[in-house]
Amino acid sequence: MVEEILVTVKANPNIDPVLSTWSWEVPLYLFLGGLTAGIMFFAAFMVLTNRQKEAPFMTQKLVLWTLILLSIGMVALFLDLSHRWYVYRFYTAFRPTSPMSWGSWILIIIYPVCLLQILSTFRQGYPNLARRLERFDIGVLALNLSERFRRSIAWISIPFALGLGLYTGILLNTLVARPFWNTGILPILFLASALSTAAALAVLGTSHKGERHLFVRIDFGLIAVEIFLVLLLVIDLSAGSQVRLDAVNLILGGRYTIAFWVFFFCLGLLIPFLLEGRELLGKSTAAFYLAPFLVLIGGYLLRQVVMNIGLHSSWTNYATQFDPQLLELLH
Amino acid sequence: MTRYAMVIDTLVCIGCGDCVTACKAENQMPDGLTRDWVVEKTTGEYPNLSTEFRSERCNHCSHATCVYVCPTGASHYWRDTNIVLVDGGKCTGCKACIASCPYDARLIMHPEGYVDKCTFCHHRVEKGLDPACVSTCPTHCMYFGVLDDPASEVSRLLRTRNYKTLLQETGNQPNVYYLT
Repeated sequence: MVEEILVTVKANPNIDPVLSTWSWEVPLYLFLGGLTAGIMFFAAFMVLTNRQKEAPFMTQKLVLWTLILLSIGMVALFLDLSHRWYVYRFYTAFRPTSPMSWGSWILIIIYPVCLLQILSTFRQGYPNLARRLERFDIGVLALNLSERFRRSIAWISIPFALGLGLYTGILLNTLVARPFWNTGILPILFLASALSTAAALAVLGTSHKGERHLFVRIDFGLIAVEIFLVLLLVIDLSAGSQVRLDAVNLILGGRYTIAFWVFFFCLGLLIPFLLEGRELLGKSTAAFYLAPFLVLIGGYLLRQVVMNIGLHSSWTNYATQFDPQLLELLH
Repeated sequence: MTRYAMVIDTLVCIGCGDCVTACKAENQMPDGLTRDWVVEKTTGEYPNLSTEFRSERCNHCSHATCVYVCPTGASHYWRDTNIVLVDGGKCTGCKACIASCPYDARLIMHPEGYVDKCTFCHHRVEKGLDPACVSTCPTHCMYFGVLDDPASEVSRLLRTRNYKTLLQETGNQPNVYYLT
């Protein structure tokens, strides 16, 4: 028998007995950041492959949402900071060993790239807003130049989109003290989920039949990849050291089993996979909005559940902890 | 890098918790927060049990993951030593360092919100004093000194006694040693 107990009170709030430093804000940012990355990628990809007419909603309409979604995500990140008025400190230093430092600088560059991408199809997507912009000389110039360099902008967008999508996973992956996150599968899984949720959003929003079919096909493939990656994640962690085994046991019979397999895996991956499969076979379109909606829910749940499990998985494991509330029972 | 080490004799420690109280008083820790704590480890089967007391804190690792993941440089090494400090004026409270510490040795200072941890009482160290926990220990089971100096008490103890460090497998190269 080996038992470790705390003799004196540790019980630092949010640290003990289980790390709970991050709540909904960081997963929301990871989800919205991924969604932005996915939209940027598909919008650019369709331009580069001359398929804009096949995907008018994605390339002309949805692309505007990148700035909005990313900004909401940034607000969520800001709310998560516990010393938030020092947020400017992210931009007074660049720390090459810190993924979060890379992320904060990448986000600064992503904004103008998103803006250029929006402007390059603004006249087609939002003609009324474009006319307002054209009242200013600089607006006309920006629209003309962006349209002229549409393909170049698309080329630039692709690596930034992939970088943003991967970064959301790398951020957690590099925090090696949390064994559940410490697997190389996580960034790829987050990237696949980022692309899948963007495709689902296009399915949900488009009124163009061909575009819907195109993105259902893409999403179907991406969900299949995600299912494969989830299984690889479990195998990867199961083949690891004791702390990784303890971490994976949290979803193999442990306290996160239902959250991970029922809510994220079944509800967010398996059911939409089957529904989209049926639609592709022409058997049913009953789940017209349900499947993409579930994919979006699954995308958020992936971040929330993985983050919670990671915070729960730890190198330290005290069997019991002094509970000051027990003292009150003596009075 | 000058390496400072803390050596704690688990065969002498009685788990009284004075080190925790001394730290709270010296560093004026707010209510409900603590930078160090004492663990009691029991091994064996009844009636053949053995108990070890360990006074734990930040390990001031030579390869501190918290320093590497900090996006602003708030977590840093003090004056080319292994003493890891947090500059509250640079800390955004992103909590990446908390998640990256395998010892869960960091905490969020309230109400301000910046991250805090054991400093090895560097304000005392620069005056040539021991950290408050070491000075206070009634059983004299704690030692502090420069590891690179072969004449120091900590070096001598690690040369002559059996010892262990916690979670060496993380690669963080901790500098709190436990004599066993």
